Formats: sequence, structure tokens, C-alpha cells
Amino acid sequence: MKTNDLIIQTTTKVVFFIIFLFSIHIFFAGHYTPGGGFVGGLLMSSAIVLLLLAFDLKTVQDMLPLNYVMVTAIGLIIALATAAGSIFFNVPFFTHVYDYFNLPLLGKTSIHTAMFFDTGVYLVVVGVTMTIIQMIGGDE
Amino acid sequence: MITFLWVIVVLISAALLGFIYRLVKGPTTPDRVIALDAIGVGLISLIGLISILFDTPFFLEVILLLAVLSFIGTIAFSKFTEKGEIIQRDRNS
Repeated sequence: MKTNDLIIQTTTKVVFFIIFLFSIHIFFAGHYTPGGGFVGGLLMSSAIVLLLLAFDLKTVQDMLPLNYVMVTAIGLIIALATAAGSIFFNVPFFTHVYDYFNLPLLGKTSIHTAMFFDTGVYLVVVGVTMTIIQMIGGDE
Repeated sequence: MITFLWVIVVLISAALLGFIYRLVKGPTTPDRVIALDAIGVGLISLIGLISILFDTPFFLEVILLLAVLSFIGTIAFSKFTEKGEIIQRDRNS
């Protein structure tokens, strides 16, 4: 039996980008307001879950050709590299630094190395959640 | 003003109790799913009122988060009741 899912698919195409932008906002706002890597990663994976609900596993794999185990590994490597980078400057493990940079388009921005650690957390959360959901949802 | 806000909090709590009654009593599964969705909306309005009462803007992200999660949960439940599986492997075959 083929059913027609036009309304949910059209809604998903709009709502996916709203959730995606909200996830990016929560990730970058984590330093001064509530949020951070964990909540942002969970929101990103819930956006992908919404795509999985409206379409199917094969279509989403064609849309986002990501190997989520590799995403988890890259996130762990980024987090560990941020933590280990401090020992090359004769300071203790996990020491963070920040400075102000003049970025194009953004102007004066403070860049903190905790943000790179948070990027690692974000990628690990997205990878682990999507691996679990694809493993459970994709049985024959 | 504060009294007015507390009156609304009590009213929304009463509405939530009504939704919970429908969630427990509801004869069919779609009744319970709609009751859960309405509980999500009630919680969103309660969080908005509490963020006014506590005079802080830090709860506003929770509102959007709860709206997203309630939406996705309702869609997952309704897809389960309609098709019997939540995530399909290939919908064209």
C-alpha cells in the first residue's frame, strides 16, 4: 500500500532548516547563555531524525552521505587534540586560552579554545545518537 | 500584575490536569497522542509564564526546544499508529 505523505514531507523541508539553524545558534551561544555542544548536537540529530521520519533511511543516506561512526571518531580526535595542544606550551593539560581577532564579516570576535572542544562534543553527540537510531531503526 | 500571572498559572495547571485525565482515560491511542501534544503546549506556556515571574530570559531557549521535541514526538507516534514502523528502510519498494 503506497500512502501519500505530501504534507509531512513539505513541512519537514521547511522545519529541518529552522531546527538546524537553532542548533547552530545554541552551539555558538553556549559560552554566555544556556546551551552548548551537547544540546546543540542533540538538536542536530533530532533534525536528522525528523528527516528520517518523513523520508526513509536510503533517501537520508543519499542526502547526507555521512558515516556517523567516523563523525564520532573525528569529534573525539578534535576534543583530544584541543586538550593535548596545551601541553606543547608548557602549561597543564586542558588549559584554555582566548584572544580577540578581527575576522572578516564578523568584526572583533573573541575566539576561545573551549569552542573547539565544544565542536568535538557536538560531533560526538551527533555521531553517537545517529548511530544508535540507525542501528535500531534499520533492521530488516 | 503578579496576581494576574499566578491566576493564569493556576488556570494552565488545571488545563494540564484535564489533559492528563484524557491521557489516562483516553479510549484510543490517537486520543492519548493528542493529549501528549497538548501537554507539550501547556508546558511551553507554563515555562513562558515562569520566565516572566522569575524575570529572566534564559528559559526562552527551553520553549523552542520543547516545541521541537513535542513536534517530533507527535510525528513519531502518529507514524507508528499509521504504518506500524517509525523509520522505513526504503519507502518506494
